[in-house]
Amino acid sequence: MNGARNANAGVGRAASQIHRVLTEAWRLQPLYVSLYAILLSFVVGGVLISIIGVNPFTAYWALLRGMVGGGDEIAGSVARSVPFIGSALALAFAFRAGLFNIGAEGQLLAGGITAAYVGALSWMSDLPGFVAIPLILIAGTMGGAIWGGIPGVLRTKTGAHEVISTIMLNSLVLFGVRWMVNSRDPVVLRDTESTVPRTDSISDTAVLPELVDSQPVLHVGLFALVGICFVVAFVLKRTTFGFEVGTVGLNPHASHYAGINVNRVIVASMAASGAFAGLAAASEISGTNGFFQPGTFFLMGFDGIAIALLARTNPVAIIAAALLWGSMLSGAPLMQQEADVSIDVVRIIQAMVLLFVAADAIVRYLFRVRELDQSPFKATSIEGAM
Amino acid sequence: MLEVEGITKAFPGVVANDDVSLTLNQGEIHCLLGENGAGKSTLVNMVFGLYRPDQGTIKVRGEEVHFEDSGDAIARGIGMVHQHFQLIPVFTVAENIILGNEVTKGAFLDLDSARRQIDSLAERYGLAVDPDATVGDLSVGEQQRVELVKALFRDADILILDEPTAVLTPGEVDDFFGVVESLTGQGKSIIFITHKLREVLAVADRITVLRAGQVVGTATAEGATQQSLANLMVGRDVVFRVDKAEADPGAPVLRTQDLRVADDRGVETVTGFDVEVRAGEIFGIAGVEGNGQRELVEAICGMRPTAGGRVEMLGQETTDWSPRKINELGVAHVPENRSKHGVVAQYTIADNLVLNRYHHRKFSQRGVRNTGAINAEAQELVEQFDVRTPGVDAVIDTLSGGNQQKVIVARELTGDLKALVVAQPTRGLDVGSIEFIHRKIIELRDRGVAVLLVSAELDEILSLSDRIGVLYRGRLAGTVNAADATREELGLLMATGSSEGQR
Repeated sequence: MNGARNANAGVGRAASQIHRVLTEAWRLQPLYVSLYAILLSFVVGGVLISIIGVNPFTAYWALLRGMVGGGDEIAGSVARSVPFIGSALALAFAFRAGLFNIGAEGQLLAGGITAAYVGALSWMSDLPGFVAIPLILIAGTMGGAIWGGIPGVLRTKTGAHEVISTIMLNSLVLFGVRWMVNSRDPVVLRDTESTVPRTDSISDTAVLPELVDSQPVLHVGLFALVGICFVVAFVLKRTTFGFEVGTVGLNPHASHYAGINVNRVIVASMAASGAFAGLAAASEISGTNGFFQPGTFFLMGFDGIAIALLARTNPVAIIAAALLWGSMLSGAPLMQQEADVSIDVVRIIQAMVLLFVAADAIVRYLFRVRELDQSPFKATSIEGAM
Repeated sequence: MLEVEGITKAFPGVVANDDVSLTLNQGEIHCLLGENGAGKSTLVNMVFGLYRPDQGTIKVRGEEVHFEDSGDAIARGIGMVHQHFQLIPVFTVAENIILGNEVTKGAFLDLDSARRQIDSLAERYGLAVDPDATVGDLSVGEQQRVELVKALFRDADILILDEPTAVLTPGEVDDFFGVVESLTGQGKSIIFITHKLREVLAVADRITVLRAGQVVGTATAEGATQQSLANLMVGRDVVFRVDKAEADPGAPVLRTQDLRVADDRGVETVTGFDVEVRAGEIFGIAGVEGNGQRELVEAICGMRPTAGGRVEMLGQETTDWSPRKINELGVAHVPENRSKHGVVAQYTIADNLVLNRYHHRKFSQRGVRNTGAINAEAQELVEQFDVRTPGVDAVIDTLSGGNQQKVIVARELTGDLKALVVAQPTRGLDVGSIEFIHRKIIELRDRGVAVLLVSAELDEILSLSDRIGVLYRGRLAGTVNAADATREELGLLMATGSSEGQR
C-alpha cells in the first residue's frame, strides 16, 4: 500500500511536470482540457455514426470538407461563427466577475430588435454609411447592455440571483419581440408587406460591407467581434477596471473591504456582457439579414455558454472555440448530403463537448458559489500538512 | 499508551517531521509545542492515521500499528478533535455524535439509547451538552464539547486535541482545562497541541517542543518557564515585554457617539458605543468574542451600515461613508478575518499588496495598471516587512498564515496614516510573527497614529494598549489605564460588565 502511494506520488509528480511544461509553452493553462473534450466527443460521435451503419471516417471527411473544403466553405464557416463570439463573451465577461449570465439568448434579441428598429428609421437613409453603420451597431450594443444590466441591478438591489433573473428575462424578451414582429393589429414593428413575420428592412446606408459572398455572407462584423475579444482580454488583464472585476469575482468580501464598489462592478459587468451579445446581434442584422426575425438568434445564446466554457472564459480562446462551433454547424449539411448522417449528429457532438467541459467547469463554478456562502459553523475538511 | 519512534515524513520540497519521537503515558497531558509549520499537525495526523510515516514506528499500548486510515486509529482507541470542527450544523448534537457510528434498532436510528449514552458520558466527564440542541445554534465552546463527547462515544483513550483553545474565550479556556483534567483523572491520555505558552504551563505534565520538524527539547511543566519554552520554539531569545515608551497622546482622531450597529441577522450587537481615540495612543478593546467587536470595527471602517449614532474621524463625520472614502482619509484597517476580507487567495502577493490602492496614480495610469510599479512596491514591502516568500509573484495562498498576515499588515501599515483599526492582528500566528507585528503597531503609535486595537487575547491588549476599554454587550463597560489594569479586573469586566462583580 505504501508502495502504491509512492507510485501515485511519482505519477503525480510526472503529471505535474508535464502540466508545468504545457503551461509554460502555451500560457493558456486550462485549455488543453478543452482539447481533450473535443477529441473525446468526436470519438463518441464516431461510435454513434457507426452504430447507424455509416463509416464515421466517410462522415467526418464530408463534415471536414463542408467546414473548410474550399474558399466559400471557409468563408461560410467563419461567417457562421462570428455572432457566437459575442454570445460567448457575454457569458465569459460576467463569469470573471463571479456571475453566471445565461441570458445571452435574450440579450441578443434585445440588441437585435433595437438595431433593426434604429436601422429602419426613415432618416437613416439620409446619413452616410460611416455614421449609419456605427449608429446601428451602437444601438444594438445598447439594447443588449440594458437587457444585461437589468439582472445586475436586480442582483444588487434585491439579491435576486442572476441565473434565475436572466432566464426569466430571456422569456420576457422572446415573447415580447415575437409579439412586436407578429402583431398586425396594432402594427408594432412588423413589415406589413412581408408574408413572413419580420421587421422592415434596414436602410441601405446601415448595411455592413461584405467581404465574401459566401453562404452566409461574410461581412465586416468579423473585425468588430474579433477586435472586441482582444479589447476584453486587455481590459481583464491590464486595466484597473479588469482588476476590480477579477477581484469581485474571486472574493467579493475582500473587494468590499478593499474599497471596491462591488455593486457597481456587478452592474457594469452584466451590462458589458449584454453589450457583447447586443453587438453580435446588431452585426448580424446589419451585415447578414437586413431585418429582424426572432428565429435568427435561436439557441445562439445558449451555444455561447458552451463556447465560453470550452474556451475556459479566455477571450482570445473564444475566437477559436467559436470558429470550431460555427464551422461544425456550417459543414454539417454536406455531411448529411454525402454520408446521409443527420445534421443533428453535429449537435450531439457539440452537446457532448459541453458535457465533458462543463462536468468540470460548472461543478467547480457551483462549488465556488457555495464557498462564498461561508457559515461560521461549516464543517471544514482537515487542514493541510503544514 | 503511545510511543512514536523516529518518525520521518517528507512532503514535496519539505521535511515536515524529521526523526521525531514522543511517548505518551496513561493519564498524562503531553503538550506538543511549536510555531506554525513546525510539524505538529503532521505528527498527530500520522498518529491518527491520516498520513503514513515515511520512516519510524508508532506503537499503541506496546503494539506496533500501521494505520490505513483514521478508522483504524479510532478502532485502536484514538480520538482527535480538529482545530476546525467536523460537525454538521443542521444536525442535532446526538445525530452528530452518532454519525458514522450509528446506534440502530433494526433499520431505524435508536436516538433514545444514544441520548442516554451521551448523557452518561457528559455527566461522567463534566461535559455539559444537550443532545437535542442543533449544532449550528451552539457556541464555539459548546461545539468543542460535542467534539469531545463524539470522541469519547467511540471509546477513545488517547485524545489528540489540535489547538483546542484557539477558538475559545478566556472563560471557556478555564472551563476547558477543567474538563481536560477530569478526563486525565479518569485515565484518559491527551496530546495537546498549542503554541500558547501560558496554557502549556497551566495544564501540561510533559512538554515536547518541535522546531522545523525536529524535536528540539522536552521538558516537564515544573522545569520550564515561558521564556525557556519560547526560546526553544523560536530558536533564539524572545523578547516578551514589548518595549514601548510612554504614550504622548495628541488630539482626538477617532470618536464614536452612541454608535449602534446590527449584525447579519439584524440583531443590534453594538448598543450605544462611545469612545475617543487620540493621536499617538493605542486604545485596546478587550471583551469576550461576540460582544459586538466585529460589527463595531466594520461600522467604523465603513463596511457595515450603522443603525444609529455617529462616527467622527479627524474632525469630520464619517458615519456610513464607503470603505474607500474612509481609507483615503488615512484610516487603515487590519481585518479580523484574514481569508475572507484580508486577501484574495488566488492573487499574487503583489496584487494583494495593492488591493486597496491599485487605482492610485502610482499604480494605474489612464486606467491601465502599471505592473512594474506594483511589483517594485511589492518587492520593497516584502523586504521591509520580512515576508518569507520565493517572490512577489507567488500566489498568496501558498504562504503560511503568519506570512499572509504580514502581507496584510504591510499593505495597511504603509502610507500616510492617521488612524489604524486592527482586529485580532496576531490570531493563529507564531511567536516570531507576533513580536514583529506588535513592534510595527507601536512604531506607528510613536509616529502619532491613533490606534484602535480589538483583540480576544488579553495579553496582547495588556502589552500593547495605553488605555483599555472593555466591550460588554455592545457598549463600553469600563475604561482603565493600561498601567493600572490587572488581568483580574479586566476579566471581571469582561464576564459581568461591571468591576464590582455583581450583575
